[in-house]
Amino acid sequence: MTPAVELRRITKKFGDVVAVDNIDLSIKDGEFFAMLGPSGCGKTTTLRMIAGLEFPTEGSLSIFGEEVGTLAPNKRSVNTVFQNYALFPHLTVLENVGFGLKMQGTDKKETRARAMEMIELVQLNGLESRKPAQMSGGQQQRVALARALVNQPKVLLLDEPLGALDLKLRQEMQLELKKLQRDVGISFVFVTHDQEEALTMADRIAVMHEGKLLQVASPEEIYEQPASKFVADFIGRTNLLEGTVKDKTTVVLENGSLVHAANSLVAGTRVAISLRPERAKIARLSDVSIEGSSLNGVIDTITYLGNARVYGVKLDWMNIEIRQENRPDAELYEHGDQITVYWSTDDVSVVAG
Amino acid sequence: MSSAVEPRGWAKTALHVNGWLVYLFFYAPIVLLVLFSFSESRNVGKWGGFTLDWYQQFFDSSNARGALSNSVKIALIVTLISVILGTMAALSLERFTFRGKKVFDALLYLPIIIPDVTMAVMLLLFFGQFYDVIEAVFGIQMRKGFGSISISHIAFNISFVSVVVRARLAGMSTDLEEAAVDLYASRWKAFRYVTFPQILPGIAGGALLAMTLSLDDVVITQFVSGPGWTTLPVYVFGLIRKGVTPLINAVSVVMLLASMLLVVLSLIAQRSRRTG
Repeated sequence: MTPAVELRRITKKFGDVVAVDNIDLSIKDGEFFAMLGPSGCGKTTTLRMIAGLEFPTEGSLSIFGEEVGTLAPNKRSVNTVFQNYALFPHLTVLENVGFGLKMQGTDKKETRARAMEMIELVQLNGLESRKPAQMSGGQQQRVALARALVNQPKVLLLDEPLGALDLKLRQEMQLELKKLQRDVGISFVFVTHDQEEALTMADRIAVMHEGKLLQVASPEEIYEQPASKFVADFIGRTNLLEGTVKDKTTVVLENGSLVHAANSLVAGTRVAISLRPERAKIARLSDVSIEGSSLNGVIDTITYLGNARVYGVKLDWMNIEIRQENRPDAELYEHGDQITVYWSTDDVSVVAG
Repeated sequence: MSSAVEPRGWAKTALHVNGWLVYLFFYAPIVLLVLFSFSESRNVGKWGGFTLDWYQQFFDSSNARGALSNSVKIALIVTLISVILGTMAALSLERFTFRGKKVFDALLYLPIIIPDVTMAVMLLLFFGQFYDVIEAVFGIQMRKGFGSISISHIAFNISFVSVVVRARLAGMSTDLEEAAVDLYASRWKAFRYVTFPQILPGIAGGALLAMTLSLDDVVITQFVSGPGWTTLPVYVFGLIRKGVTPLINAVSVVMLLASMLLVVLSLIAQRSRRTG
């Protein structure tokens, strides 16, 4: 199947600054695809190149097999939902939504009918004669979506679509966007710096950092088998235990303790073991006969989150975080308690150090 | 909600006095002007009973009427051309990059900074030379008047219009234009349907400013106007030299009404935009 969007060896420079550095990326038709990274990582530039608002310095960019590298944005069958929506303030909701059709020379009656249909789809019926300034952030967001989707683009691009909304509304819109994408059936490519949002919504995630593509995979894979230290650290929370590989299944940590890892490792290389806070378990130092790996430490800080407690644990040479779900049978620890932190080999992943 | 602190005691009195003094300075001359334009006495400063003679004389005088219609014609053509050129200059500086942009940017402000007299002398020199060249090359003898005054007014109004329009453009995010192009608008259509309506208040403001400055200008116009062809302010200026009569008051009132009309029109235009 032809990919909806395909980037081959794409580089974008602004003067001497390399914003996007030689990336290859293929986005499938009908996929909800997230581009994730900290600000300045090149994710928005990549999206803008797909939209045609920037042209790549090098490389090839195609949409459904058609090379569009330097084609003007108004000649591409993609539409964008802009970060701050960029609704036309002097036009009504109906005129905003109908704008794309009007520009394409669709006749007035059809433009109106299709715009109304789309306004209904995003549940804004009755508000079509409002101006954007008379609407809430969530409603403006829907107008922006309707305005893009009414043109039946082959791919919809979304630049931090939920960034301007408050938490509650954002969570609602996440589900709604996901549902909308399933109904419309086209690929949605969205840019975000919020890893939770990417995990919640996307079928696949591309993690970018400093213009480079670090990993492209499903949310599960990104979370459980991060390809690098940066990805492990950026997606969710984790403890990175650095060390050197001793043999295929053993790593020597910096304090000399030995821990096990499943990946077949090359002896002598520097690695980091990514231990997610919720994957490690705690027990009192005296209680144990533990299988797998363990490290001894002292409880330093306790953060109560309602649904969980996060313990800051002091090891000989570093501090780590352990999360304990708030269940009635959970054993509680106090500051200064001597404990051991343990996990099984399946609970950790190993990344290059 | 608490408003600003309410002044008390002597401060309150002083502020009141200050307020009334400001109004007095602003409006007493205007009231006097209007009043004395109806005075029958030939002496400008002396009340001599009510009359409309001076207005009669103004509208009867072909010179005065000529000067008024010249002023209006020039103001209209100058406004039209300087709004188009000034808006284009503003767009080029805010939305495009090109070689020599910084120089162009700096030079554009020059007519605002240069003293009027300097500008007037420069333009006088320019038209002298320019008309000589035209005569030498094409054998056409051109006289100063409508053409030279219009060009001179356009020359400084482009700067004013572009400053006003640019301020508006700078406040308008490029997102909107990008959204328009993303929604299949060509560059021209993006301008026509998105940029233009957004900067229209700026353009209207620039137009009013240009019109006012053109109607108002004495110094430059006096230098570049020709014999027998001049504008109303220069005509008034000429009258003073011949001896002051209340005719000047009447002419001034006409000009005052014209500028007030412009202000009211602009307010109405702005209001209809907001509600419509």
